[in-house]
Amino acid sequence: MSAAGKSKNLKGETGEWEIVIGMEVHAQVSSQSKLFSGASTEFGAEPNNQVSFIDAGFPGMLPVINEKCVEQAVRTGLGLKAQINLRSLFDRKNYFYPDLPQGYQISQYKDPIVGEGEVFIDLKDGETIKVGIERLHLEQDAGKSLHDQHPDSSFVDLNRSGIALMEIVTKPHMRSSEEAAAFLKKLRAIVRYLGTCDGNMDEGSMRADVNVSVCKVGGYDEFRKTGSFKTLGTRCEIKNVNSMRFIAQAVEYEARRQIEVIEGGGTIQQETRLFDSRQGETRSMRSKEEAHDYRYFPDPDLLPLELDPAWVEAIKQTLPELPDEKKARFMALGLGAYDASVLVAERELADFYEEMAKGVDAKSAANWLNNEVLGRLNRDGLSITQVPVSAAANNAIIRMVADQTISGKIAKDLLDIVWTEGGDPKQVVEARGMKQVTDTGAIDAAIEAVIAANPAKVEEVKAKPKLAAWFVGQVMKQTGGKANPMAVNAALKTRLNLPDEG
Amino acid sequence: MPPISSDLTAMTLAEARDAIKAKKISSKELTGAFVKAIEVGRPLNAFITEAGEQAMLMADASDRRIAKGEMGALEGLPLAIKDLFCTKGVRTTAASKILGNFVPPYESTVTQNLWDAGAVMLGKTNLDEFAMGSSNETSAFGPVFNPWRASNSNANLVPGGSSGGSSAAVAADLCLAATGTDTGGSIRQPAAVTGRVGLKPTYGRCSRFGIVAFASSLDQAGPMTKTVRDAAIMLKTMASVDAKDSTSVNLPVPDYEKLLEGGIKGLKVGIPKEYRIEGVPAEINALWTKGAEWMKAQGAEIVEVSLPHTKYALPTYYIVAPAECSSNLARYDGVRFGHRASGARDITDLYEKSRGEGFGAEVQRRILIGTYVLSAGYYDAYYARAQKLRTLIKRDFDQAFEKCDVLLTPTTPGPAFAVGAKTTDPLEMYLQDVFTVTVNLAGLPGISVPAGLTETGLPLGLQLIGKAFDEATLLRAAYAVETAADFKHSPAKWWNL
Amino acid sequence: MSVDKDTVRRIAKLARLAVPETRLEPMAGELNSIFQWVEMLGEVNVEGVPAMTSVEAQKLKWREDKVTDGGRADELMINAPESTDHFFVVPKVVE
Ligand SMILES: [Mg+2]
Ligand SMILES: [Zn+2]
Repeated sequence: MSAAGKSKNLKGETGEWEIVIGMEVHAQVSSQSKLFSGASTEFGAEPNNQVSFIDAGFPGMLPVINEKCVEQAVRTGLGLKAQINLRSLFDRKNYFYPDLPQGYQISQYKDPIVGEGEVFIDLKDGETIKVGIERLHLEQDAGKSLHDQHPDSSFVDLNRSGIALMEIVTKPHMRSSEEAAAFLKKLRAIVRYLGTCDGNMDEGSMRADVNVSVCKVGGYDEFRKTGSFKTLGTRCEIKNVNSMRFIAQAVEYEARRQIEVIEGGGTIQQETRLFDSRQGETRSMRSKEEAHDYRYFPDPDLLPLELDPAWVEAIKQTLPELPDEKKARFMALGLGAYDASVLVAERELADFYEEMAKGVDAKSAANWLNNEVLGRLNRDGLSITQVPVSAAANNAIIRMVADQTISGKIAKDLLDIVWTEGGDPKQVVEARGMKQVTDTGAIDAAIEAVIAANPAKVEEVKAKPKLAAWFVGQVMKQTGGKANPMAVNAALKTRLNLPDEG
Repeated sequence: MPPISSDLTAMTLAEARDAIKAKKISSKELTGAFVKAIEVGRPLNAFITEAGEQAMLMADASDRRIAKGEMGALEGLPLAIKDLFCTKGVRTTAASKILGNFVPPYESTVTQNLWDAGAVMLGKTNLDEFAMGSSNETSAFGPVFNPWRASNSNANLVPGGSSGGSSAAVAADLCLAATGTDTGGSIRQPAAVTGRVGLKPTYGRCSRFGIVAFASSLDQAGPMTKTVRDAAIMLKTMASVDAKDSTSVNLPVPDYEKLLEGGIKGLKVGIPKEYRIEGVPAEINALWTKGAEWMKAQGAEIVEVSLPHTKYALPTYYIVAPAECSSNLARYDGVRFGHRASGARDITDLYEKSRGEGFGAEVQRRILIGTYVLSAGYYDAYYARAQKLRTLIKRDFDQAFEKCDVLLTPTTPGPAFAVGAKTTDPLEMYLQDVFTVTVNLAGLPGISVPAGLTETGLPLGLQLIGKAFDEATLLRAAYAVETAADFKHSPAKWWNL
Repeated sequence: MSVDKDTVRRIAKLARLAVPETRLEPMAGELNSIFQWVEMLGEVNVEGVPAMTSVEAQKLKWREDKVTDGGRADELMINAPESTDHFFVVPKVVE
């Protein structure tokens, strides 16, 4: 797909290297209760207060699946334009760890609920890239071990234990830290549009494991052609990179590290590494004396998960418009690709835009939102959901500019006023006399005053009609910005006898 | 109305039920008699936990309900519960040290169903550790002794297993009936070697919620009783559709007792030829032939059928069951409940020591087998192959059931054996389940009915196997065999002296 | 496929079972005799035979998404070998 590949390569001592990135994202399913138990999923509860005997792996406890979690996985699969598998299986992944009370995680190994799909990401240079989705499966989250509460002990809290996760696995289709970060951002936007995951990375609702490898130039294209991983390098998995910013840092660091190792005559060992955000580096996890052997097998406490095609179809019918479709629609309205992709990145922003653009020019609404509203939000450190001036109020302001009730400059002042003081824009314009002056009498008077004060300029303008703009500015000043600039222009031309073509 | 036996504990469940209903006895009288019998019966080691005091309280509450005319299906009837069922507030051990002093804060669905029907709990019966065994000798609480002894010997015999405490308790009249669980024969084999009835329902008929899991795809709870009628009564209450168990089947539970006496005229009884196994004593095969004749005499049609994959059932079982057990028993790690070893250096050491100390030899052996057959590189050769064999074994039954309604086989390859006789070679012990294990692999219902005695006076059972969820026909056939066999024997109460 | 002492040590580690050094060799012997017996399954042609993934033909039951459990931290701790402030306590785990 990407012809611009070269620019993404890293320079080493011995030449250029390609980076190849794949990702495994764990997205917490938005649901009231856990995947296999009726305990709450709410964040921030007292220790072990949202735990059933099932989540704590007590003797004789059995899992019963939450229909909402199945629905959310299917909805997400549909949003990723992926294949929905009408029959999938739950497997046990066996290993010992204090926050894994059953001694196994119920996951989906061989037959996941969702198969191959795709995500398109927009890069800053305008390029669009398709990242293949390998699969999406449902699984249980583990609990949490706290290691810093006591010198000799770890404390185990199982509130997270059993919460439903969607593990979304990509193909190794990303080629730079920018693409990796853009992918995660896009995936986050999609699940938030769908309402299947809140995407809250601070609360751990979305966590990414990043697989990084490097290879000689051409290795990636060969891989895409043949499908064989032979021309790619050995990958390392960086666990739990929990912010957009860290993803770029982790990829960058890891790729450079691998190049150094290879160029120094070493080989890359396939391993799991941790990203240390304070040092900005990846570190090998304490090397395990034994290789992992998870002994996957189908969970005999559960039956195969079978979906009714009509049920899947019904979910499909309720899918919201997703970012890509919305972007295409915005572009059809006259927005540029960049503006459109910025607006659709957050569903709330897109919704806000749509409401404030009702009945007005799409492009000027977008400009207004990008330059004025987002600028002020940025300045105040607010998000679109905290915006102090509603979409409807912004719409009113844009309409007043469009019908020449107020000038563009006054519009900005008006936004500042309602931003800080509140109030209805129309009433503010009335109350404070901010209306644009189109009354020719008032404009003529102002023109006479300016001419009288600047006789020399009048001669200059007659010789050089382009200088008329100076006069317009002076007249606007005289009227406190309220004069309609077009009316001023016309009146000046008549008064000074200037040619029509200005 | 049958006459009230002079010894209350010798009554069948049905007799006791009718006597209570007719207000001839109270639950307290009945329960008191059993509490006493259990005390006297302590040499049998049938109970891990006796709950006499609680039983009397439950009986009292039951009598008050009876006085108000509120009668459950098992109102006032004292039962023994295999110590694999979690009972709220009463220690549950699975006969393992690893559960320490585990007291479940919850009740299993099957036992809850019993209490909801008015039954009284006498205590928790002994079993093989985590139900892994066929002689009750792997229990951390010591072996159970079979109430039966050979006519020519005073040697202690095993009561079968894993539900050996329950089988002994029923045979020795320490309860009216008991619960058991059956993963490879653990209800039917002990029932057979103690001369009583044991029913393993279809997989999914009784909820597994709250039963300590051994092998999830094979485990099934069922009744151990004195008569087929009692098994029908118990199953009706034990079985339910349970939202807490994904494998509990969504089918109505018929009134089995009502369907018991329909007769077997025209019933097609299959005799699987592969169940004639070399080395099985002649008296067992003779009893099997006699069983077929009994059924024929009552109008059944005997047909020979073939279950060609029978000989692969045991090895298949010894892959599937340990694999599931290795995973099911991972939760016993000394963190949230149960035994924790002292002096552990770190978490791994804590796991290894706690589990090494807490699990007995047979459980450890099975965990190791299961871990091995699931591990990388061996999964396909063992576990995946075994799961395919299961499909073939199930298909064998499907084909056989095109030709017949029930199957008749022996239950065990021999009578009760001496304590310690088969503990050195695990394979020899595993062979105890050779006739019963196929039923678990295929998820079918099976019942053992006492049918005769060996030359030395030890009980033998015949097994009937039914179609999935057709326990009604199975019980009707069993009732016919029971009637013909007219097995009225009871062990001499040697522990009573 | 023969199970040796090292194999027993490896699977005991995977299963988190402390098997004393002196038990490794005898255990290897016991397991070997069981695995030799199980070898007979190799005789059967299982090509094209599906694995049995569930005993019943029933559809998996689905639960409604409702909070019906939790708020039992006290009950969860009553059987715990060591706990504090509603946390289960284990020896320090080093990442
Ligand atoms: Mg993963
Ligand atoms: Zn995962």
